[in-house]
Amino acid sequence: MSQVSLTIDGIEVQAAPGTSVLEAAKKAGIKIPTLCYLEEINEIGACRICLVEVQGARTLQASCVTPVAPGMVVRTNTPAVRHARKLNLELIMSNHPQECLTCPRSTNCELQQLASELGITEIRFSGANPSYEPDLSSASLVRDPRKCILCRRCVSVCEKVQQVSAIAPQERGFNTIVAPAFLEPLGDTACVNCGQCALVCPTAAIHEKDQTAEVWAALSDPRKHVVVQTAPAVRVSIGEMFGLEPGSVVTGQMVAALRKLGFDKVFDTDFTADLTIMEEGSELLQRIQNGGRLPLITSCSPGWIKFIEHFYPRLLPHLSTCKSPQQMFGALAKTYYAEKSGIDPADIFVVSIMPCTAKKFEAGRQGMNGSGYQDVDVVLTTRELGRMLKEAGIDFNSLTEEEYDHPLGISTGAGVIFGSTGGVMEAALRTAYELVTGRTLPTLDFKEVRGLAGIKEASVDLNGTVLNVAVANGLANAREMMDRVKNGKRYHFIEIMCCPGGCIGGGGQPIPTNKEIRTKRAAGIYSADESMPLRKSHENPAVQALYKEFLGEPLGHKSHELLHTRYTARGKY
Amino acid sequence: MEMYRSHVLVCAGAGCISSDCKSVQSALREHIEKTGLENEVKVVETGCMGPCDLGPVIMIFPDGVFYRKLKPEDAVEIVNEHLIKGKVVTRLLHRPVGSEERVADFGQLEFFKRQTRIALRNTGIINPESVEEYIARDGYRALGKVLSQMTPQQVIDTVKESGLRGRGGAGFPTGMKWEFTARANGDTKYVVCNADEGDPGAFMDRSILEGDPHSVLEAMAICGYAIRASRGYIYVRAEYPLAVDRLETAINKAREYGLLGENIFGTGFNFDIETRVGAGAFVCGEETALLASIEGQRGEPRPKPPFPAQEGLWGKPTVINNVETWANIPPIILNGAGWFASIGTEKSKGTKVFALAGKVNNTGLVEVPMGTTLREIIFDIGGGIPGGKKFKAVQTGGPSGGCIPEEYLDTPVDYDSLTKLGTIMGSGGMIIVDEDTCMVDLAKFFLEFVQEESCGKCAPCRIGTKRMLEILQRITSGDGRQGDIELLEELSRGIKSSALCGLGQTAPNPVLSTLRYFRHEYEAHINDKKCPAGACQALLTYYINPETCRGCGLCSKECPAGAITGEKKKPHVIDPAKCIKCGSCKQKCKFGSIITV
Repeated sequence: MSQVSLTIDGIEVQAAPGTSVLEAAKKAGIKIPTLCYLEEINEIGACRICLVEVQGARTLQASCVTPVAPGMVVRTNTPAVRHARKLNLELIMSNHPQECLTCPRSTNCELQQLASELGITEIRFSGANPSYEPDLSSASLVRDPRKCILCRRCVSVCEKVQQVSAIAPQERGFNTIVAPAFLEPLGDTACVNCGQCALVCPTAAIHEKDQTAEVWAALSDPRKHVVVQTAPAVRVSIGEMFGLEPGSVVTGQMVAALRKLGFDKVFDTDFTADLTIMEEGSELLQRIQNGGRLPLITSCSPGWIKFIEHFYPRLLPHLSTCKSPQQMFGALAKTYYAEKSGIDPADIFVVSIMPCTAKKFEAGRQGMNGSGYQDVDVVLTTRELGRMLKEAGIDFNSLTEEEYDHPLGISTGAGVIFGSTGGVMEAALRTAYELVTGRTLPTLDFKEVRGLAGIKEASVDLNGTVLNVAVANGLANAREMMDRVKNGKRYHFIEIMCCPGGCIGGGGQPIPTNKEIRTKRAAGIYSADESMPLRKSHENPAVQALYKEFLGEPLGHKSHELLHTRYTARGKY
Repeated sequence: MEMYRSHVLVCAGAGCISSDCKSVQSALREHIEKTGLENEVKVVETGCMGPCDLGPVIMIFPDGVFYRKLKPEDAVEIVNEHLIKGKVVTRLLHRPVGSEERVADFGQLEFFKRQTRIALRNTGIINPESVEEYIARDGYRALGKVLSQMTPQQVIDTVKESGLRGRGGAGFPTGMKWEFTARANGDTKYVVCNADEGDPGAFMDRSILEGDPHSVLEAMAICGYAIRASRGYIYVRAEYPLAVDRLETAINKAREYGLLGENIFGTGFNFDIETRVGAGAFVCGEETALLASIEGQRGEPRPKPPFPAQEGLWGKPTVINNVETWANIPPIILNGAGWFASIGTEKSKGTKVFALAGKVNNTGLVEVPMGTTLREIIFDIGGGIPGGKKFKAVQTGGPSGGCIPEEYLDTPVDYDSLTKLGTIMGSGGMIIVDEDTCMVDLAKFFLEFVQEESCGKCAPCRIGTKRMLEILQRITSGDGRQGDIELLEELSRGIKSSALCGLGQTAPNPVLSTLRYFRHEYEAHINDKKCPAGACQALLTYYINPETCRGCGLCSKECPAGAITGEKKKPHVIDPAKCIKCGSCKQKCKFGSIITV
């Protein structure tokens, strides 16, 4: 279709039909301030900050929802526009607690930022504020409706990107509150704890449950042997907390920083990612050989697990029985590692650094105590770790790189790529190919399963057996995959990650997280993979030793006890 | 067909139902049967006749005699005297305010005489539950005409040429709306009736639905033919249970008679209608919110464009008109565009139904040609202000409108003249206030309403109306500050220019218009801490006139705050520091000695 020609601030602008004035202005280098707007996800014109003058219109128009029209004349910087934007922001702020100094989002708050940009110097309106109490019912997330500015980004993400719809506007007018239906506590709903809502919240109205205090307490307790594991995706994002470019691979600095914080051992979840490939790969081959339930679906992502339990309980037999790498780590830390290092598992305190809020919930799931203790004691998100490092005064960017501790810190490139969508699949294919064919892979890269597309499919020839695989990320795409499976589409193996882009886009990652940033973090993941000397899970010497010394064989008795789990069908409501 | 010599029309509009017309009606029936007249006299339950404050009311035809304020015990006399002897029962006739005589013929009453009833042509005349009575009054003839003699385009052209504009508030030309929808791409289109009438004091649409539901069904089917839609929805408030019942009855009857459904009149045209009952949100009267609500979504407006004509119900092109607009369609089709366009003013054609409420003698429903002056409506038809009080202002357009003071009473009412005065036509509510009404308090009332009914989606309406209300609350409670008026004006302008939907954009109108015409009242509240109308309790000072106080002590006994002291038989005094301004002393005093200023 031909382009639409319009004038913005005297500049002739061309835009595709259907483009918003906001987007057209952006292309022309004109910045219009926004607040509720979230590209392609939340375009509802609710905050009325992105107002512009459109010649001939009776009122100011919200540029995020005003489509371009031929000959349109737009002005983005007039006294009326500036005044209305400021007034609306002042109104929003009059209904927001002035607690910036003590707010977890201070200095990383879009409302604060906007107030500074628009030059708000006083709030002339005082009056009532709705007095809703914070909702602390979820294991992963805290909702603080007092800080909510009702932009509804969280609602849109939950509804459109994740198709969970756990939260929506309730009540009306000034009393409007974003909450689960009937104001039920979030912990009692089908919320999957993915934290995408927290990621897009412009303020601190939804944020991760902060557990840094528990970790500080453990670190200062001389009786505790505190070990930490870091998830694959954290090494490409934690740098953002210290001003580094998204996707910067800072594994060595992160290890050094964790040691400085006082962890007794710094281990890597990548180790158990490699282990997952051994267990899950064996499970896949066994199901194929024995006519078991196919497709096999991955089980690393706790948001995804809760989703299928709520929305597709009849497909639960398809799930791999493997625990996630985080939980495998916890179980081994308090058994294998305890034995090997001669430490009483009762004294071992396992901390996880995860890009994920759902991992907090996962650590407390039933059956996550195969070691005889709670396998993982505390889960921190990337953001919480960043805050601890700042609090400790650690100058992250100037740290010298350090290595992980042995043996639970030894890993391969296959473990690293778990952090991006398609990574588990690629890691599994690298191993399955070689185990089944007995040949060395000509090239390690399975490019069809890489990239941020929502659904990817591929077919791989394993010695004459064609393996049909699929990869989905984001729960809307997971839903689409499950519907395909229900409708009889035949796959052997499906990887599903709850969050868009996989764990690099997890709900515990630094804010902002958007498409551009996810792309950069994914690139970081694959460059980390390439730089590893070993890139196939079955070649991980520490994993090999683990089987030899402790587990026996994949899917063996001990594996079953420590590394596998079961699932619960849950209702939708 | 049975023939009757007399018809007794008993108004069964919601107003008369609440004044117990049902008992009057059954007393009439009972006595008619007792006297053996049941084959000669037919009692018909009709929709609203209009003069609600006179209820229960009845009319007896063919004589055209109008009786008001009836009690069940009046039935015997009406039957014995009027229906048997043919003698009018004078004591039950209406005597208009200021008139010496009681009037028998309804056509001689100013209230009826000055009206031109198009939308209300059947309301109060036919039994709304009888499709036969509707048909007898030319009902469904217009539908027959369009299906058999007109092309869809001719129908649209007729509506366009008639000059009919939407009666729901904004006054958009109806024919253009139909044309946009007809031209929009798509095979599936919808026709929607907005019956979510929610302005305080407005009941035009309810009366039509209760009194003449088939006129809406017929009109929607005509539109369905014009835009090639086969499905219609009527979105009606749950607070109108009688209207919902009568609509359902009418839809079922129309289906039974082949006036809705498949192959109407054997022409191959299919059209059916369903009702959807709202859940009590004012904002659902806004068209995009209404459509969302029909779809089962939260009732909230969305930005336009796209307009419903392009993307309406379930994303399909949709015509949405309000009840009164629909009720005008069949007469326009039958009598022609020229006939309709000959009524009214240059840019506002036809008639408008108004609901008169507040401080006016004849509260109720009236339909007058566009261009009738406010004075005629309020004083000639409405009978003026009760209790010898002085007219102060009339609020039109409900909470989205504004007030008009006395100096503009001779303004001919149409869309454009009202807009010029800073108010709007709206859906037709007219609330008349007298000198005892505080205009700041009136603005506060409407702000309370819109604030309460804001959907909460956009920030300026959600928070701005709350902050405006808070300022008005402090002004009326004596805590107004310098700069409050300017702050109100700034907020008003901001909300008007930046709210998402029409309701938000018009929410500040009552404040702006009272500021425009009654700014001195705001100033008196803020600067002098006085309410000129004496309506704001917090600003009143109670004191005892020592000249007339007899020292009886009743007031001090009554005072809950112990603010009144004085020796027996000597003038008492009120301690203003203790007085809580409850007014109970004033009520108790037998000598009128307690005065408020």
